[in-house]
Amino acid sequence: MTGDAPLSRPPMGTLAFWCWAAAFTGVVYLAGRWVTNDYVFFAGYIVLQYVLLATAWNILGGYAGYVNFGTAAFFAIGAYISTALNKWLGLPLPALILAGAAVCGLIGLLMGGLTLKLQGVFFSIATLALAIVTQALITNWEYVGGAAGAYVIRPSRGPLGGSYVEYLFYTMLLLATLAVCIARTVERSAAGFGLAAIRDDEAAAEAAGVPTMKLKVATTVLSGALMGAAGAPLPFFVTYLDPPSAFNLAVAVNTIAMPLVGGTATWIGPVIGAVLLSIVQEAAMVTISSAVNLLLVGLIMIGFITLAPNGIMGLLRGRRR
Amino acid sequence: MDPLLELLLNAVVAGLLLGAFYAAVAVGIAIAFGMLDIPNLAHPAFVVMGAFAVWLLNDAFGLDPILAGILCLPPFFLLGVLLYQAYYACFESRGENALQGLAFFFGILFVTEVVLILVIGADYRTVAAPYIGPNWRIGGIDLPLRMLVPALVSLLMIGGLHLLLTRSFIGRAILAVSQDPLALQLMGASPVRTKRLAFGLSIATAAIAGALLIIIQPVEPSIGREFIGRAFAVVVLGGMGSFVGMLMAAMVLGVTESLVATLFSPSWAPAIAFGFLLPTLAIRAGGLMGRKL
Amino acid sequence: MAALLDVQGLGKRFGGFTALADIDLQVAAGERLGLIGPNGSGKSTFVNCISGTLRHDSGRVTLGGQLLDALPPHQRTRLGLARSFQLPRPFGSLTVAENLRVPLLYAGATKLSDAECRERGMALLGQVGLADKAAQRPRDLTQIEQRKLELARAMAAGPRLLIADESMAGLSNAEVDEIVDLLLRLNGQGVTIIMIEHIMRAVMAFSQRLVCFVAGRKVADGLPEEVVRNPEVERAYLGE
Repeated sequence: MTGDAPLSRPPMGTLAFWCWAAAFTGVVYLAGRWVTNDYVFFAGYIVLQYVLLATAWNILGGYAGYVNFGTAAFFAIGAYISTALNKWLGLPLPALILAGAAVCGLIGLLMGGLTLKLQGVFFSIATLALAIVTQALITNWEYVGGAAGAYVIRPSRGPLGGSYVEYLFYTMLLLATLAVCIARTVERSAAGFGLAAIRDDEAAAEAAGVPTMKLKVATTVLSGALMGAAGAPLPFFVTYLDPPSAFNLAVAVNTIAMPLVGGTATWIGPVIGAVLLSIVQEAAMVTISSAVNLLLVGLIMIGFITLAPNGIMGLLRGRRR
Repeated sequence: MDPLLELLLNAVVAGLLLGAFYAAVAVGIAIAFGMLDIPNLAHPAFVVMGAFAVWLLNDAFGLDPILAGILCLPPFFLLGVLLYQAYYACFESRGENALQGLAFFFGILFVTEVVLILVIGADYRTVAAPYIGPNWRIGGIDLPLRMLVPALVSLLMIGGLHLLLTRSFIGRAILAVSQDPLALQLMGASPVRTKRLAFGLSIATAAIAGALLIIIQPVEPSIGREFIGRAFAVVVLGGMGSFVGMLMAAMVLGVTESLVATLFSPSWAPAIAFGFLLPTLAIRAGGLMGRKL
Repeated sequence: MAALLDVQGLGKRFGGFTALADIDLQVAAGERLGLIGPNGSGKSTFVNCISGTLRHDSGRVTLGGQLLDALPPHQRTRLGLARSFQLPRPFGSLTVAENLRVPLLYAGATKLSDAECRERGMALLGQVGLADKAAQRPRDLTQIEQRKLELARAMAAGPRLLIADESMAGLSNAEVDEIVDLLLRLNGQGVTIIMIEHIMRAVMAFSQRLVCFVAGRKVADGLPEEVVRNPEVERAYLGE
């Protein structure tokens, strides 16, 4: 799909990109077999989780312009559905991920259906309220431990050989790569144009024939499902899941800060933002303290919003012109 | 009196008092969002900030919380003015980009909370005042003064604001700018200056609301988030800028929460506001009274 | 000839204010209709109700026999009703060519391939004289170029009926003539056009039939020469 847009080289076709992504995943997997220190997989899992969350958020927030403040809710629901089904049926991880994605997709459908008819601001407020409500509901859900939380047994070995954490890392790698591929595919598709039109001027988009409601709801479902998938492996990662760890403030803010810092217009932005901010936070946590590192993220986010609203990608693009 | 009836009546009265307090929190958003279309998600964080400011004054000088709140009005007003300037310079004057504006306030909300944690700590703080503790009892109805006094102060504040908006020139300019900025300009008042004053007013209410908050309950930095849903639900349900509607909505919310807490469990309280908000948005109503969304 | 657009008893209120009251209007296929009226007479509300941006309170709107009443704007566009906006509302983050791509992708009856989209887009841009600006952003265009883009985007939807809402406000005489020519050419291709305008030169030059709204009511409907001599129309524009 060579664009009419002024690019310095023709963009890669969709199929080619998916192939490269698959190859990348394969390479990382092979490299990982040589790694013996589990800390690499721990840290890597977190970065990949953020890549997934940031990408998922950006499909709705960056492409369509609808800001979801309730990422914590979708993330936590994914984690808790996973915990509940694991406890009830002992399902394997892939099934739990699918279940988490499905439930969150459904929630996206319901909430989107109710709130997307209105201006974006009301949608955003509703998502914020959703996060708070979800926390209240789950805190009351005794089956998964309620306020006290629940322990989840993490097997010591993964099904591929190697530690279970290594398995979680590869799982998240697959999910994150998949999300990026999906995001790029959406971005370059007809839907991507429709979403950009909605973001730029929703009334004009409607007048131009774009079925705005349908597109917005579909995007909310996709975004929600991906975020639910991100949450599903969490219980096994942390082994002890309670509302504060699931409704992590860091998750809520990072998921928004990362695309904003990296650039919301394309799929690369969230990836750059996720990697960059993860490094910044890791460094801050090691050198200063963990409370300050959240403050840092918040200030960086505000800085970019006010001074570089198109993120790092926007700065790079601007220089090219 | 029949014990169940007494229980219910008490719950209702407690709900009304609680609702009056919710209105104090919501009035700032009614001005900022209802009238000026500025989605200030950070308002609850400023309320918490106000609560801590009052705590500091109360703890260090033994100042009465409400008096402390009044003392905090000028600095909070100034804060609002400065915040609006930043918002205007970065967003409103650059043209529509709702995403950035929302994210901006979300960032402020979050940073404020973290700064409060870092500076004051994550512990719960309370204030001391002669009306925190005693209960009046009329018939079978309990009227805890620590709820009654804030409720009355809240009503006073909202009534005062209503008078200001409807009787004074600057107040009417604010009402005008929310309806037709161009016409206001043609009448010789600057929309930007008016909005700035209005937003300053909106943040100033957070000082009083914060004082009321810490009278009613112990405060720690992250409780602001509980009020976002409530405050916005109340403003939307009340019709976006109508004080009377907002007050009514706040009462309804307060009573519902109180009844649910009494009859079922207090931990469902935040869900109530959401339960109000979603259907209201879905019905696209103008709320109880006021303009359409 | 059966009417392409059939509006019966259209009414719209905003709270206590009646913006439109009992509007009856039929537009035949291929017709060039001019719609005039002082500010606040309800012309834009009329467009918004026809296009679906606003829900009308009473009456019915039919396009080519199909009832439009419950349909959202995008479906009306797909059925062949396109409108341009009074103030140009381009998609700012897309290039000029990509602006046309949106309706080409979404409003057409048939699914177009990428190549076809590009071809048609460039052809349309050529028609309005924007072919050399295809790769630019809308904010880099001049006023008249933006209005042309606005019209081109409406045309990209392949409409049977095009409503041009004050496309010429603020343009010079020469530019007004350009737009009128463009619309006449379009009409020659079979597109029914309703032109809403204040610029009488353009309206008289373009319209086969003229309709005048005053205070939400239709007060005149007929040949342009007769309508402008109508005393009520004169009164509305010139005062008592």
